[in-house]
Amino acid sequence: MGGPPLADGIDTEIQAMSPLPAQKTSGNSLWSLLVKRLLLGLLLLWAVSLVIFAGTQILPGDVATSMLGQQATPEAVASIRKELGLEQPAPIRYVKWLGAAVTGDFGRSYSNRQDIAKSIAPRLKNTLLLAAMAAVIAVPLSILLGILSVLYNGTWVDRTIGLVTLSAISLPEFFAGYLLIAYFSVAHFWLPSSATVSDAMPIGQRLVVMLLPCLTLVLAVLGHMMRMTRAALLNVMASPYIETALLKGLPWWRIVWKHALPNALSPIVNVVALNLAYLIVGVVVVEVIFVYPGMGQYLVDHVAKRDVPVVQAAGLVFAAVYILLNIVADMVSVLANPRLRHPR
Amino acid sequence: MPSHKTISNILQPTRRQLLQNAGLLSAALSAGGLMLPGSAGAQAATPVKGGHLILGLDTASSSDRLDPAFYTEAYMYTVGFQLFNTVLELGPDGKLIGALAESWEAATPDASKWVFKLKKGIQFHNGKELVAQDVVYSLNHHRGEKSSSGGKGQLLAVTDIQATDTHEVTVTLSAGNADFPAALVDYHMGIGPDGGDFDKGIGTGAFILEDFQPGVRALTKRNPNYWASDRAHVDSVETIAMSDATARMAALLSGQVHIINRVEPRALNLLSSRPGVQILRSQENTMFCFPMRVDAAPYDNVDLRLALKYAIDREELQKSLLVGTGAIGNDNPIASWNPYFAKDIPQRAYDADKAAFHFKKAGSPGGIQLSVSDNGFPGSVDAAQLFQASAAKAGITIDVERVPSDGYWDEVWLKKPFVASNWSVRPTADAMLSLIFQSEAPWNETAWRDEAFDKLLAAARVELDETKRKQIYHDLQVKLVDEGGELIPLFVDNLAAASEKVGGYVPVPGGGDLSGYRIAERAWLNA
Repeated sequence: MGGPPLADGIDTEIQAMSPLPAQKTSGNSLWSLLVKRLLLGLLLLWAVSLVIFAGTQILPGDVATSMLGQQATPEAVASIRKELGLEQPAPIRYVKWLGAAVTGDFGRSYSNRQDIAKSIAPRLKNTLLLAAMAAVIAVPLSILLGILSVLYNGTWVDRTIGLVTLSAISLPEFFAGYLLIAYFSVAHFWLPSSATVSDAMPIGQRLVVMLLPCLTLVLAVLGHMMRMTRAALLNVMASPYIETALLKGLPWWRIVWKHALPNALSPIVNVVALNLAYLIVGVVVVEVIFVYPGMGQYLVDHVAKRDVPVVQAAGLVFAAVYILLNIVADMVSVLANPRLRHPR
Repeated sequence: MPSHKTISNILQPTRRQLLQNAGLLSAALSAGGLMLPGSAGAQAATPVKGGHLILGLDTASSSDRLDPAFYTEAYMYTVGFQLFNTVLELGPDGKLIGALAESWEAATPDASKWVFKLKKGIQFHNGKELVAQDVVYSLNHHRGEKSSSGGKGQLLAVTDIQATDTHEVTVTLSAGNADFPAALVDYHMGIGPDGGDFDKGIGTGAFILEDFQPGVRALTKRNPNYWASDRAHVDSVETIAMSDATARMAALLSGQVHIINRVEPRALNLLSSRPGVQILRSQENTMFCFPMRVDAAPYDNVDLRLALKYAIDREELQKSLLVGTGAIGNDNPIASWNPYFAKDIPQRAYDADKAAFHFKKAGSPGGIQLSVSDNGFPGSVDAAQLFQASAAKAGITIDVERVPSDGYWDEVWLKKPFVASNWSVRPTADAMLSLIFQSEAPWNETAWRDEAFDKLLAAARVELDETKRKQIYHDLQVKLVDEGGELIPLFVDNLAAASEKVGGYVPVPGGGDLSGYRIAERAWLNA
């Protein structure tokens, strides 16, 4: 779409008018902001660790009695409590636990005596891999669909995109998963219905096996991100400077891409971050349906056994992921919109 | 798989009538037991060697361990029996057969001392030969103050275990028990090498561990030196954790796995109508019941208990809850495949007149409240409502109280006087009766306290004369059916499903699901 050479000149002019960075940005303030955010994140993580520890102490049922079940005699319970160091007061256990956790040592699982950090690592890797695969498809797709529905606002394209993504979001994940299984695995034998991945699997096969759970997740998060993109863009598109750009004869795609989108980015990035976090911490149901060995299933199994150290470790990891993703989202918003660097 | 459908349709009504006809019963049962598993053709065929068998099973957990002492569910039983053997096994007829032991006998007339002679030349996966000391070590793993093994209860009566020869183990009990050898078939009693770590999975089993990811999968390969030459047909076995029922069905239908467990009765028609699928049944492996506490009013009146036993429509429950699978119970906790099952007790049927008669005789008491949640047994809320309706026709008002599933076993069961409950059927009559009906049994859910009953039960335990023993168990069953507080409407089959390629399945009554969880070494894959 080659416009007349004049258009580019106008373009730069408009850029100066739009609130996008023209002024000299202070690199220092950006760095200090990042450091501040990271410190705040650490503080938050520490607070979360307190809450997690307190929460696991309040959980009804004691690990010793639930491990022994019907065979619980007072002596056996006492011996297990001693073995696990449960007879020490809670604050001392908290300090010991936190001290070890900071160095990456989450201790050993109560129920199967395995090193938790070692057991979590492959599970976390699997979860991150699935989330990344889903995100790589869902994020560009949803933004593209959002832009399309703004470009064709009010037409059948907009309405179709809205209808499809809204239906996808309204389907509970397990149902969407079952539908995909019924069609792709049971009816047509195209894709495997279960995704028991292992490290021995070649990467190509692994990706194929992960396709159905990935698609389910894409369907679950697509609508949310697409609608936020659309709403934020439409909001910006109503501003006077867009009208100016329009009156100056800029092509639509250029207005959207260069002028509207950067200003609408902040809410979009936040929603994307929220959905990414969801892809990592909230996918237990999808993991169960597709037999995918990720973090969610691991956590649920151990909650059922009152395996406190595992629950604590998983809680910390999830919290860290959430906080980190939110920091990244904040930083991206700030980069895209310098006004946010100077909060009033 | 047409065989399943036709057989079950023909068999169910026939069998129920036969239950009232003592003479033909055993014939019907043995026929049913053999034919039900599905493709009769596959059973008769000769084993095929080789192939990679994939199982998709429920109840795995990321906190699973390979140590048999910590097994609690079907998934680990099935993995465990690939790696470990027990001294004895349950045979397809519900009787004990030797596994690592070639023979066993009571060394004293009161059955308080038992001698087990081990087979020679059996090797562990690490090459070590099996000797008596390994068995002593492995059984002691479940004993003593410090042990937190799930098999501890089975060996509580054991006072001493000795290696009396290189291949002979002698077990001494604190009191006689003719059924003691049955304790050694328990899933927890896997035998590992002396001084070894059970979590390494080294046993004498048909398969050697390759990879174990708790809650994800287990991979094993065939043990070339396996002692049972007529078993272990496939080259390797993959046991995949699949906790979602629909996921298991989808995996079977799409050909990703060969065998799945825990098929829900209502999915049975759907599955059996698909080509290439066979249903694997383990007959009457679970008992569904409504225990009444006989020490609480109004259930302390035997006529009221009888009224309620007549007021439940067992056939209707079987039809709606089990979709025609399983069997109707007769308030007798001994399953019909058990050698000590009292065949001559007439089957109790729904009878509004008799129910009304006994209800009047009991003084038509009010306040009959049945407390249920689906934790009691799956479908127990529906069952209670059907029970309520059929009892109402006899003029008996049952108040169905729905209680939360959470904490059901802590707060409701053993506390409220009339609840729903279920039991896995135990392999021996003694295990079943002493579990629930002994005065001091912790799980005596009907508060059944009868000195004469306890004495007879103890007498049967040490009685080595089969005829006398049978008579005692018969009398105990009659007593429970006529007077007991346990209302047992249904016995449930364990249902599994397999691809039609799978051969070699044999049901093991009382041994649990999937050929007594030994499906991996029983099965073969037809081309």
